[in-house]
Amino acid sequence: MNSLFTPLSWSDTGYILTGVWNTVTISVVAIVIGTLLGILVGFLRAESNRAVNVLLGGILDVFRSVPLIIQLILFSTFVGAIGHPLGPFVAGSIVLSIYTMAFMTEVFRGGFEGVSQSLQTAARSLGMTYWQTVYHIRFPIGLRAVLPSWLGVALSVIKDSALVSVIGYMELLRTSEQLISRTQQPLMILIGVGLFYFIISYPLSYYGRHLERKMAL
Amino acid sequence: MISVQNVHKSFGDLEVLKGVSLDVPNGEVVSVIGGSGSGKSTLLYCINAIESINSGKILVDDVDVHSKSTNKDKLRQKLGMVFQQFNAFPHMTVLENAALAPRIVKKMSREEAIEIAKKELDHVGLGDKFDVYPTRMSGGQQQRLAIARALAMKPDFMLLDEVTSALDPELVGEVLDTLRLLAEEGMTMICVTHEMGFARDVSDRVAYFHQGVIAEIGDARQVINDPQSPLTQKFLSKVR
Repeated sequence: MNSLFTPLSWSDTGYILTGVWNTVTISVVAIVIGTLLGILVGFLRAESNRAVNVLLGGILDVFRSVPLIIQLILFSTFVGAIGHPLGPFVAGSIVLSIYTMAFMTEVFRGGFEGVSQSLQTAARSLGMTYWQTVYHIRFPIGLRAVLPSWLGVALSVIKDSALVSVIGYMELLRTSEQLISRTQQPLMILIGVGLFYFIISYPLSYYGRHLERKMAL
Repeated sequence: MISVQNVHKSFGDLEVLKGVSLDVPNGEVVSVIGGSGSGKSTLLYCINAIESINSGKILVDDVDVHSKSTNKDKLRQKLGMVFQQFNAFPHMTVLENAALAPRIVKKMSREEAIEIAKKELDHVGLGDKFDVYPTRMSGGQQQRLAIARALAMKPDFMLLDEVTSALDPELVGEVLDTLRLLAEEGMTMICVTHEMGFARDVSDRVAYFHQGVIAEIGDARQVINDPQSPLTQKFLSKVR
């Protein structure tokens, strides 16, 4: 008896691995760019006066509050409407990076603000300049302190990257959905995909904890 | 020589220094005593240009500390400062703590900076702690590290802001011994302190601060043992 559906086979492995690879790629891009921008803007927030902070805080709150799926659709539609359509990877990377940056900014701001003023005064009293104090004292201490929170944001970005599928990016969840509709074997596929997300996240989580132990103050 | 000339300093509406003048020639140790809020710590912060002043003048070796044209980072290299909080850099070992400023501020080579740092750490009795992280040390050891870290910059003056106030009583002695050693070596120091015995025995002169002015200044033994001003008498009778 011929069926409309074809069962899962080994030939699907390559398809799934493409999804895995795409999830890893866009997550790494978003985490790296989001972290770098987050450090920059977080430092800016820690050093800025109230007016600048209210403005920056307002903008960041928009990115943190509007659901990622809406940001993705709006951005991708918008760049298409003004005549510069972007591929799903580029559009997704931009939106996911900014979304990550918005969360990372708050993480790093807290870290930089947490470095005690008297420690910085002590550094300045040794003749260190403002930027030497930032580079040698404030950054290393602030960054270490926020490592656990950074890890939390980074891990959630990997999972959030699944939403980039709504603008047509072939990441892990999307490939699995297509396999499910073809094979009608959702249980097995979802278990497999869940396992893949774990395999992607675990090294980061493991390495993060290792760093945390190594750098404990 | 440090010369403080009629300095006024306010925080908002609160005037904490109301015309303070004090000359400290090279080689002299001056202790500054007085109640909390009397402005004595603020004076040190003003000498080191950590705080600005409203009027008056502070000269360090004839350089006007608060002049716009003065390079304050450069000036601070001459003025070692130790604080009430130990302020050890927690992400660095003891040796790295002491070698950092010589390396990045004075642009010494790593080897030179480490050599100087080791020498100063030996000096304060931390010769066996080079590779320890400061958070694993006692308060007294951390405070001696702070002293060595300041000394590694080869300052001409030391400003000490209540350096034993945050210490457990049994650790005060080791820090005071270190300061005594510095005094004997001829270091010029201004010590804000609550240790009357130290002020009397180690310093040349003692200044008593009261509500933003120097109410009495004179020979250390005389001010502590036989204060002339009624204000000093009242203060000393309370702290004893």
